[in-house]
Amino acid sequence: MKTFTRLATVTTMAALALSVAACGKEDTPSSNAGGGNAPASDTCQTSGATFTPASGVDIAGSSTFEKIKSGGTVRVGVKFDQPNLGYKDTSGTRCGFDIEIAQYLASQLGIDPAKIEYKEIPSANRETAIKGGEIDYYVGTYSITDQRKNDISFAGPYFIAGQDLLVRKDDNSITGKDTLKGKKVCSATGSTPIQRIRDEQLTEPNNIVEFKTYSECVSNLLDKKVDAVTTDDAILKGYAAQSPTDMKVVGQPFSVEKYGIGLPKDDKALRDFVNDALDAAYKDGTWQKIYDGTLGKSGSSATPPPLERY
Amino acid sequence: MGDFFGVLTNGNNGRVFLDGFTNTVELFVIAALCSLTLGMLLGAMRVSPVPTLRAFGAGYVNIVRNTPLTLVFAFLIFAVPKLGLNINPFPSACVALTVYTAAFVCEVVRSGINTVPTGQGEAARALGMTFGQVLGLIVLPQAVRSMVPPLMSVLIAMLKNTTIAAGFSVLEAGAIQDYMSERGEPRFGVLLWVTIGFLILILPLVAFQRYLERKWAVAR
Amino acid sequence: MSGGSTVLYDVPGPRARRRNAAIGLLALAGIAALVAFVIYRFNVTGQFEQRRWDQFQYSAVQRELLSGLGATLKAAGIASVLALLFGAVFASARLSDRWILRAPATFVVELFRAIPLLIMIFFFYYGPLQYGWSIPNLWALVLGLTLYNGSVLAEIFRAGIAAVPRGQAEAGYATGLRKNQVLRLILLPQAVRSMLPAIVSQLVVLLKDTALGFIITYPELLYYGKQIGGRLAFGLPYVPAYLVVAAIYIALCGALSMLAYWLQKHLSRMPKTAAPVMLRTDKETGATAPTPL
Repeated sequence: MKTFTRLATVTTMAALALSVAACGKEDTPSSNAGGGNAPASDTCQTSGATFTPASGVDIAGSSTFEKIKSGGTVRVGVKFDQPNLGYKDTSGTRCGFDIEIAQYLASQLGIDPAKIEYKEIPSANRETAIKGGEIDYYVGTYSITDQRKNDISFAGPYFIAGQDLLVRKDDNSITGKDTLKGKKVCSATGSTPIQRIRDEQLTEPNNIVEFKTYSECVSNLLDKKVDAVTTDDAILKGYAAQSPTDMKVVGQPFSVEKYGIGLPKDDKALRDFVNDALDAAYKDGTWQKIYDGTLGKSGSSATPPPLERY
Repeated sequence: MGDFFGVLTNGNNGRVFLDGFTNTVELFVIAALCSLTLGMLLGAMRVSPVPTLRAFGAGYVNIVRNTPLTLVFAFLIFAVPKLGLNINPFPSACVALTVYTAAFVCEVVRSGINTVPTGQGEAARALGMTFGQVLGLIVLPQAVRSMVPPLMSVLIAMLKNTTIAAGFSVLEAGAIQDYMSERGEPRFGVLLWVTIGFLILILPLVAFQRYLERKWAVAR
Repeated sequence: MSGGSTVLYDVPGPRARRRNAAIGLLALAGIAALVAFVIYRFNVTGQFEQRRWDQFQYSAVQRELLSGLGATLKAAGIASVLALLFGAVFASARLSDRWILRAPATFVVELFRAIPLLIMIFFFYYGPLQYGWSIPNLWALVLGLTLYNGSVLAEIFRAGIAAVPRGQAEAGYATGLRKNQVLRLILLPQAVRSMLPAIVSQLVVLLKDTALGFIITYPELLYYGKQIGGRLAFGLPYVPAYLVVAAIYIALCGALSMLAYWLQKHLSRMPKTAAPVMLRTDKETGATAPTPL
């Protein structure tokens, strides 16, 4: 028993020492916290658009807005691992097209964007989070579908993307959706792209790999455990841009994904308000400014899509 | 109520349930065999007269037992490929369950052997028995009685732990609800069916374990 | 134990010592080779590269890890208290003389021990949605942990009390104590000592199982580990991230186990003559109490 205890102690002490070493650097002021030698692709840059909170906002009959107003803060569901869309860098700064759209909407709701409470919600849990009131609205590559409209409602679309494929740079065997047979394809659980792959039987069921987040798929792609990552081109381009020597986007979109703002189902007043706010951003150039400073940096151009009110 | 059964009969939903539970059983059987083997080996190390082996066994048990199984899974699926070792999700899940469960099997083996009074071994050796005889004729028959019920507990726990593989792209029973919600099936109904499936798998095992416990408790 | 005689072998003589030393050296070489191989693989695949470890220098990342640790401890703390309460209530119900209390308690305890924890957490997280309301992910996790671990603890309590030699209770009744007094004054104080290791192991299990929270996006330690590991700009440092997270878990659980050992040592003032009773208790719980896992 004695040996056992002594060993237990030693192991624990070693583990403690290890974890203390890991946390120990907290004391040293991190000179590089704001950038320094952080990889350029990890450092957040905003589009430069500024969002001043509107004053005297009132949305009659919106229970969500009542909550936002009385709390003085808004809880927004976002992604954290999609460069140029919804990303969080190592300094904890968030940036990207979706983030700035979320910030713009918060300012229109009369909330200072600095006061937004961000919640990182992966694809599979989005409806749960909105329905359960965990968040007030969701901005994160959220495709408008009829099935989802059973649970929640959408404002927008505020962007149109298409499903595409991300492959390893040296892989020329995948050129489009019809060349996926026999290849391992990865996407996020509960996302529309993975459902399309399954429904259209683009590859065998055994070759479909699902993780909670796209970054895990990308990790598996680089480790050669899967052959392609599939989701919307806007997301994939962000990854390719972070590691251009290892990965490329095929560039043959095979769907139309309309990104909407996820909102509670019964709050039509809020939905109309958000649609109006988007419309205003389309007209006064705010949308264009946000796009050019985030997604547009990769060289592609886009114009605001027509809203689909209901 | 029709809704409730519809979860099982709509489309090829039955197929998904069947595949899911088949994979669960497969995962369970493979990981059970492997972890029993590895666990016995580690257990043997922990009761061996060689200090290095004892230390290794103790170190293994202390590290693995204090690590969440979820983390072991995550390490095997995302970190191990980074070391250039390529394993598919299903075998990875088997390895994760084996590595984790073996530590518990090892502890059961060790404490099982330690429940046999030292005098038993000393008496056997005084009669001139060899190590093999002491182990096979005296120690193991007594130790096994106290080892088998907790071993069953460990295996039952492992069967439940297979669900964790759902978070790591292995289609087994725990992942069924994700597939089903994609098809718009009610999660609650799906989860109820998954629970029923597990109860069908686990309750006989529990009953068997109780039976062994009772039978051997009387013999003692 | 070291060097002494055990049930399997005598105190080694000179020849056995030589042989053991040889095997020991061989084993040491084997372990060294294994470690060397792992380090080699780490090196070849660039796991020691500065950029893969850089993130841990950022105060934002450190804050994230700390907040993850906080979330883990919070969930584990709440769930531990609730599970101990749940266990106490259901164990006493199972020990009751009235079947109307005993039967439902037995049913509940057996049921929750047989359902995989993850499925229970899913129930609480996704289930209510269908009826238009929801439980925050912290509480879905805590409720799942409570029901499962509470049921196991109920079994540990029951088995612990059942393992106290029958004469103790009989003597208590003989001196005119009521059932409640016998339980409180005679059985519990004795049982606690023998149950303590099992209780603490179960709490360690509970602490570890909070890691399941990441599947329902509860931002605990493993959740942030995944996030740190998933940063492409730092070369997807999953290996360093998970090693750091593992070290923290091992330290936490190890500290808890050490506390248990200390408590047990300070609580047990049992005289040496009681050794055979201890042994019997040990065997008894070993067979009837559920193995924590």
